[in-house]
This record gives sequence, C-alpha cells and structure tokens, in this order.
Amino acid sequence: MAEKRHQAPRGTGFDTLALHAGQRPDAATGARATPIYQSASFVFPDTDHAVGLFNIERAGHVYSRLSNPTNAVLEERISALEGGVGAIATASGQAALHLAIGTICSAGDHIVASRSLYGGSHNLLEYTLPRFGIATTFVDPRSPEDFAAAVRPNTKLLFGETLGNPGLEVLDIEAVANVAHAAGLPLLVDSTFTTPWLCRPFEHGADLVFHSATKFLSGHGIVIGGLVVDGGVFDWEASGRFPTLTEPYAGFHDLNFAEEFGPQAFITRARKEGIRDFGACMAPTTAFHILQGLETLPMRMERHVANALAVAEFLAGHDAVEAVGHPGLPTHPDHRLAQRLLPRGAGAVFGFHLKGGREAGRRFIESLSLFSHLANVGDAKSLVIHPASTTHHRMDAAALAAAGIGEGLVRLSVGLEDKADLLDDLGRALRRSQR
Amino acid sequence: MRFQVQGKGAFAGTGASHAPADAPTVIFIHGAGMDHTVWVMPSRYFARQGHRVLAVDLPGHGRTEGPPLNRIEAISSWLNAVCDALDVPSAAVVGHSMGSLVAFAFAATYPQRCRALALLGTSMPMPVADALLDAAADDHHAAIDMANAWSHSAGAVLGGNRNPGIWMLAAGERLIERAGPGVFHADLAACNAFDASAVGKVQAPALVIAGDADRMTPMRAGMEVAKALPQARVVRLSGCGHSMMSERPNEVLDALIEIC
Repeated sequence: MAEKRHQAPRGTGFDTLALHAGQRPDAATGARATPIYQSASFVFPDTDHAVGLFNIERAGHVYSRLSNPTNAVLEERISALEGGVGAIATASGQAALHLAIGTICSAGDHIVASRSLYGGSHNLLEYTLPRFGIATTFVDPRSPEDFAAAVRPNTKLLFGETLGNPGLEVLDIEAVANVAHAAGLPLLVDSTFTTPWLCRPFEHGADLVFHSATKFLSGHGIVIGGLVVDGGVFDWEASGRFPTLTEPYAGFHDLNFAEEFGPQAFITRARKEGIRDFGACMAPTTAFHILQGLETLPMRMERHVANALAVAEFLAGHDAVEAVGHPGLPTHPDHRLAQRLLPRGAGAVFGFHLKGGREAGRRFIESLSLFSHLANVGDAKSLVIHPASTTHHRMDAAALAAAGIGEGLVRLSVGLEDKADLLDDLGRALRRSQR
Repeated sequence: MRFQVQGKGAFAGTGASHAPADAPTVIFIHGAGMDHTVWVMPSRYFARQGHRVLAVDLPGHGRTEGPPLNRIEAISSWLNAVCDALDVPSAAVVGHSMGSLVAFAFAATYPQRCRALALLGTSMPMPVADALLDAAADDHHAAIDMANAWSHSAGAVLGGNRNPGIWMLAAGERLIERAGPGVFHADLAACNAFDASAVGKVQAPALVIAGDADRMTPMRAGMEVAKALPQARVVRLSGCGHSMMSERPNEVLDALIEIC
C-alpha cells in the first residue's frame, strides 16, 4: 500500500543527463559546449585560498593532474548516468582499473576475479600486480559459488565484466554482489561493453564501476581514456577490511576518508592519493571528445545493439558459421540472464566460429571491406579481428583451445552503418572464406 | 572525535583540529537525515585557523547513538549537554536547515554559550509537506527522493559542482540513505513542530545565508528570520538552492569566516 501512496518526484531522464549533466553554459563566455580548459594549472586568488584548495577547505582546481574543469564535467556526467556519487577520469581504461585496485588494495592483499576478462585486465592481475604483492584468484564468472569459495581473509575485492571476454558470459551482478557483501567486500564491475545505457551495475548491487571510455562512451575510436565511478553505498567502516579508507592517512595529514567524507570516501581517496601519486590523468581534450560521444550515447547504443543482433542472427543462419556467441540469441548459455539484466540489448561486440579454422579466418578478414581489421571495439564503424591470425598468432591450436579461443573465432564490433551493407559485406566475405 | 553525552556515545567531526580546549570554538549542526560530513570543508578551514571545531552528529545520526530526538528544543538541550561534556564555555554556532532551528533554539535558550549565530537555509516556521512527512513516516525512499530533489536548485539538478567530479544529487541521496529507520521522520517532525516564539529571543550577532533558488526554505522566509533578529547580516546566494554547502561551498565559507 505504501508503495502506491508515496510518489517520488520524477528525476531527470537519461538522455537529458547524457547531454547536460555536469555542465552549464560557461559563465565567462556563454559558450554552450564544454570548453577545453587546456591549462596545466589554475591561478590562486591569494595564499590562503591556495592553502584552502590543498587542504580540502575549498572547492576548485589546482593542477590538471588532480582535477581539471573539462574533466570534471565528464566525471559528473558519467556519475549521473551510472548513478554514482563521483568519478575520476583517467588516461585509459587500464588506468581506471589500476586506480580502483590501488585505492583499496595493498601488498599482501588478494582479489577474486572472473577468468573471462579483457586481456589487458588479465595481464595486470595475473602478471603485474603480483610483483607488487597483490594476488588474484580467477574463477568461472557463471559461478557465484566459485567467487565465494575463493575469498580469503586478505581478499579486498571481487571483480568481473558485465560481458566477459571472449565468451560474452553475462555476469550475474546481483548474485556476485551478494557474495561480495556477505564477505564484507565490494564488487568492481567493468562496464565497458554495455555502458550505462544498457546496464547500470549499481542498481544491481555493484559498488564500483569502471569503463574504458575509448570504446562506446566516446564512440568514435579517436581517444584513449578511462573512468572509475564510486557508487557511494559500500560501508567501508562496517567491513573493517579497508584501512586505506578508515584509518588516518599519513600522506594527507592523517585524513580519515570514511570519517570525513562518508559516502564519498572511496572517490576522495582515489583523487587525493591515487590520481595524485600514480598520475594517470586524462588530458582535457580527451575529456572533451568523450563528452561529445556521450551526448549521442543513447542513440548510438540503440543502433549498435540493433545492428549487432541483426548481424548475429544472420551469421547464425549461415552455412559457413559453426556457432555465434551473442547473448541476444537463444542459443547463448546466458540468454535468459541477458534478457533480465540487459533488456535493451546484449551489446555490440561478440564472437563467432567460422568453419575452416585459421586459414578460413584469414581469408574472411581479408575479404571484408566495410569492417576494419584492427584491435579495438566500440567504434561507430564496424570492426573485426581474428585472434588466431593476429593477437594470438604465436599459439598453436591446443594453446588457443586452452585460452578459450578457437582457430576460427572471429570477433566483431558492430557499428552504425546501414544494416543491409553490413550483411552484404559479411555474406561476401563468408563465401570467400570457404573457397 | 568520540565522547560521551548523557551516558551515550557521541561523535563530532573536528576538521583534523588539534586546538587547545580554550581555543575559540565553532559548532556545526547538520540538517535532517544528514551527519557531520556535510561540514567537511568549513570544518577543515576553521581547524587550520586554530579553532576548536565540533561538527556534531546529532542523536541517532552518523556515529552518535540514538534514538533521534523529535523536538528541536530537546536537540538544543542535548547540544548544551555536549558543551558541558566537552567544557565549551561559548561557541559560534552554525546550523543548516533543521540545524538552523537547533542553533536558533540553542542561542535563545543558552545565550551565554553562543557568541555568534549563523543560520543557513532557514525558515521559521519550517513547515514540512505532508507528502514528505508521510513518506518519511513509512521510511519510504520517496521521502529521500523528494527532499533531495527539492534541496537542489534547478541548475544543480544537472550538476556543475564546484567540487570536481562529485555528482551532488547522488551524494546527497547516499548520505540520507545512511540514516537509520525513523531518523529522517523524527527530524522532519521536529522541523514541522518548531515554534520559534516559544524559545525566546536571540541576542547574539547573527548571519543568515539564503539562496534565491531554495525550494525548501525560500529566500523570503530567511529574510523574515533575519528581520526578527536584533543584529543580523544577510548573505544572498544567487541561483543557489537549499544544499548550499554543496552548491556554493566557497561562498558559504567566505560568509562564515566573517562571523565565526
């Protein structure tokens, strides 16, 4: 009864936020677009004001590694679209992942991560972070029980991707978040493939989200950038596992972030320590380009997922194709979960297995004309890569199989071209691949 | 800092102050459903200036034990007990929204303990819409949504935060969500029931900060409060809503520096 009686005011819509959140016309010039504040530093009116900025007594900008007015618009906008309390723009998606981990993990700590990760994330966790004393256990993303079983006393973080790589396993965010929270841990989600237009992980229980903004958020394949967003819900103090947030920090005059900043503890520490010291900040011109992309995110994503599903269905019915791994198809093992978690569509990046193995894959790629053969996804233009003949060319068939990559696996990132042109291009290349 | 008041645990943010007990004291009082974290920036400023800062968590809020008190006069009395417990002879008292009513009642009831008064986003009376009270009585999230939406100016609803990278709407919402069951309603009921004429007159020098885009406590209501005070300075914030410490942190601090 109470549900019907109480009516919350309608919030600003997603499409409006994508255009306006974080920015008002420039007070000095009236500029409607977000200006690019291409300045390394910002003048202090007086010395006391300067101290106030350094000591978090006043709001404002000091130095563009720490914050920048153009970046701040982007940070607010992604926070608004995700429903988080704040964000930090970073030099790349990898920098965003590192900033998230570095803010709460120290030497001796442990992470439980999905084993179906972007290769760069896997490299960081498997090979690089162990050199700094941070270990990771990789588990099946389809098994929340495996996440639970891998938690140790020194675990600080659970981590997965909304859509895994390369199998597009759909992460049951709510189930894995429940595992995390039962253990007093936060869940970090890489939402690059889905963007907040397809999935808002905080609404399903995630605590931290990061993006490679290089992909669909910017949308045009012209910049490298990342974003880490803080949901502001996780209770770091109640968990008792996070001294970087709940104990005095000598690197900032014994500041206790949870005590002084409450729901903004994580993102404040990430800015006051991580972006300050690791230094992987975003260039303001990059932030401007990503803001331009965000303005049309809803329209682009709608077209991306529609084209991608059409391509997936076309491929699924083609004689040259063994299997298509798109969660929008009923044949995908996570189809039902995708329908629940991703009702607007299961993204625009997916793989399919071509008959004829490595050589067929090579012929297919070289026969395409609209699809560009390169190592990226999320461009407005359609992209393709054949791992067995490019990124993983040193691996033999057995090694590829162990990595979950068949010799005939082709990965597509479906763009915004006319659907008929995409199908024509693919159909022609498929025929040539089988000659 | 944690301390005991009337046999219960209490907390006040100090802005990392290490001031001696006889340093000039500034007390900050938060609004409905909130806690000391809304004062983080001015707390840190006055602490650096050598002031003793007490950004209290009111009973039932933040780190202070409950239950919440549903009468402004009772919260004022509790604040007096805090001053007894911490040996504060007199302080500049700063309150926002519900906290402004507590500050006013405290200044009127314990004049010797209030050397200056700052009222932010204030209105006396401070009527609360039935829809908001009813939703809060049911601990329904619509109450938080209403208060949060009405606490920001139309411009701030779209952001443009002076504090880089923070999305004000979600930050405000997450903070009130931390309040325990019944806390938000107790606060709103206390605001709704407060009768300023019943607590007496304020003699301390005062400051009223009002935003002309405040939808919770409209500027004209703040001006009426200022008029009724014997020596009040007014700072008007153009385009600013009720959540003025978020929307205009620097202007709020500049105004407070003048009186605290």
